[in-house]
Amino acid sequence: MTQGNGGQDRDGAAGREIAVEMIGVNKWYGQFHVLRDINLTIRRGERIVICGPSGGGKSTLIRCINRLEEWQQGRVIVGGVELTADLRRIDEVRRDTGMVFQHFNLFPHLTVMQNCTLAPIWVRKMPKREAEEIARHYLARVQIPEQADKYPNQLSGGQQQRVAIARALCMSPRIMLFDEPTSALDPEMVKEVLDTMIGLAEDGMTMVVVSHEMGFARQVADRMILMDAGQIVEASPPADFFERPQHERTKQFLAQILR
Amino acid sequence: MASAPARSSHISAGAIAPRPRPPEPGRLAAALSRLFAGPLNTALTLASAMVLAALIWPTLRFLVLDAVWDGASRVDCLEETVGRPVGACWPFIAARFDQFMYGFYPELQRWRVNAVYGLGLLLLAPLLIPAVPFKRLNALAFFVAFPAFAYVMLVGGRLGLPYVETRVWGGMLITLVITYVGIVASLPLAVLLALGRRSDLPIISAMAIAFIEFWRGVPLVTVLFFATYMLPFFLPADWSIDALARVLIGVTLFSAAYLAEVIRGGLQAIPRGQLEGAAALGLGYWKTMGLVVLPQALKHVIPGLVNSFIALFKDTTLVLIVSMFDLLGQIRSAFADPNWATPVTVLTGFAFAGAIYFAVSFAMSRYALFMERRLNTDIRL
Repeated sequence: MTQGNGGQDRDGAAGREIAVEMIGVNKWYGQFHVLRDINLTIRRGERIVICGPSGGGKSTLIRCINRLEEWQQGRVIVGGVELTADLRRIDEVRRDTGMVFQHFNLFPHLTVMQNCTLAPIWVRKMPKREAEEIARHYLARVQIPEQADKYPNQLSGGQQQRVAIARALCMSPRIMLFDEPTSALDPEMVKEVLDTMIGLAEDGMTMVVVSHEMGFARQVADRMILMDAGQIVEASPPADFFERPQHERTKQFLAQILR
Repeated sequence: MASAPARSSHISAGAIAPRPRPPEPGRLAAALSRLFAGPLNTALTLASAMVLAALIWPTLRFLVLDAVWDGASRVDCLEETVGRPVGACWPFIAARFDQFMYGFYPELQRWRVNAVYGLGLLLLAPLLIPAVPFKRLNALAFFVAFPAFAYVMLVGGRLGLPYVETRVWGGMLITLVITYVGIVASLPLAVLLALGRRSDLPIISAMAIAFIEFWRGVPLVTVLFFATYMLPFFLPADWSIDALARVLIGVTLFSAAYLAEVIRGGLQAIPRGQLEGAAALGLGYWKTMGLVVLPQALKHVIPGLVNSFIALFKDTTLVLIVSMFDLLGQIRSAFADPNWATPVTVLTGFAFAGAIYFAVSFAMSRYALFMERRLNTDIRL
């Protein structure tokens, strides 16, 4: 099994268009080697869940996909566009790549509606009316249409994260990145966010999710990836990953997390 | 304790219906009970009351009770004439009021100044009231069209308006012109400097730092002096810039350096996540700054900005050292008038100046407080 691309996916995405390709990516923070020889191909419609011990490079990897992080070696190609230092290309990729953060990163000075329409209006040059219509559609979809005129800080954590998902969807992204979307939430709010994500997955969205929600992973993932010490240690369909982990690190990690 | 059975006395039998909050003592009662709680507090309260009385009573006597309200010359404000101790000599202010407002702006042309004031107020008032619509148009009018209008009106020399050189401008007119230009021109410059100082590009940030540190390191008096007396030596002989324009440029650059540092403080308070959230949506640098970062950063620094605006407003009095007569300068120059030389003239003049400076500064401060509260979207649950 080749590192990174191993594992068959559930519904044979193998033949589909490539959404993200990472080739030999290496990254250092100072002298610290955070990403080591990352090779990963993600196809359209694929759902990938990345887990692993903290400090293993999961977040750094997912943040390379929209170049919130720079890397020193290797190539990252998203939707056929290679990410380089060229700012126009970076913005081009970011427009089509939704991201949901651990701490939501909503804009506190704007209402929920304004959060959702900001980028469509200013980046996609969409007329305000149309942007609001789309925003209302996605807010309804994440089950909070009635909060449109509130400010983010008036909402619960779970509601804020759903707004963040709606905000990303308003740009009609071709791929969604989730960086530990439920780790900052109170336990009783995790489910509402995961349900929203499951709904997205069922609609065929290409998703890369850094998460330790193993129930969610089992339910939606086409491929599980375990990262440790900056490497992709194991990559396999959830059935294999959970029942027949190949690598010692995976067994250890699962033993700890599934206690 | 886990093994111990829960004590039933800690558990309510059924649902507890909400009860009204118990009444609290009124504000006056609460204040009184605190002001006179114990001997120390009582003593402090009484001492403070005495200090206040010692300050307020003489002030009231000087400004109102003992003041002279009518008169035509110094004689009417003399103790010998009035036959009692004399407070403020208000006829002095009334006689010189026009000069305090317009300086030596030709009397027949003062309607032009009034027109500028009027239009300024007409544009400013709706801008300050959040409920009034057309904010963008209004702002454009106040910050772009109004200065052009004011320039043509005040300077003249076209559209049939006689030319009025800035040398004869004075009083409140000079004060307001310098304050308006100082604030309106320096704020955008300050935003650029603050962004520049935090730029990733070393040349940009070095230039911003050099600019800010230079202008902050020099006293305003020096700036004004240099702009007025030294600059002409460095410019080609046939190059002449109006003296007031030179002062305005000096004040603007000086004020921009200070404001830039205030704004930089606000920029630093914006979490990285905001930048990442904006970046992930595909917003470029200017849109991220203009739509996400600056609205939040400027809101954080309203107190600091207003502090600087008030300081600038009062610092306009320094133009006296380059022989320009702002409100305070004009009032002080009137002290020399033998027609109004009385023992209370100086006090009256300063009281008047103080009242005007205080009124404007206090208004700015209160409005800023109002905006701060209005813009606070953090806690509204």
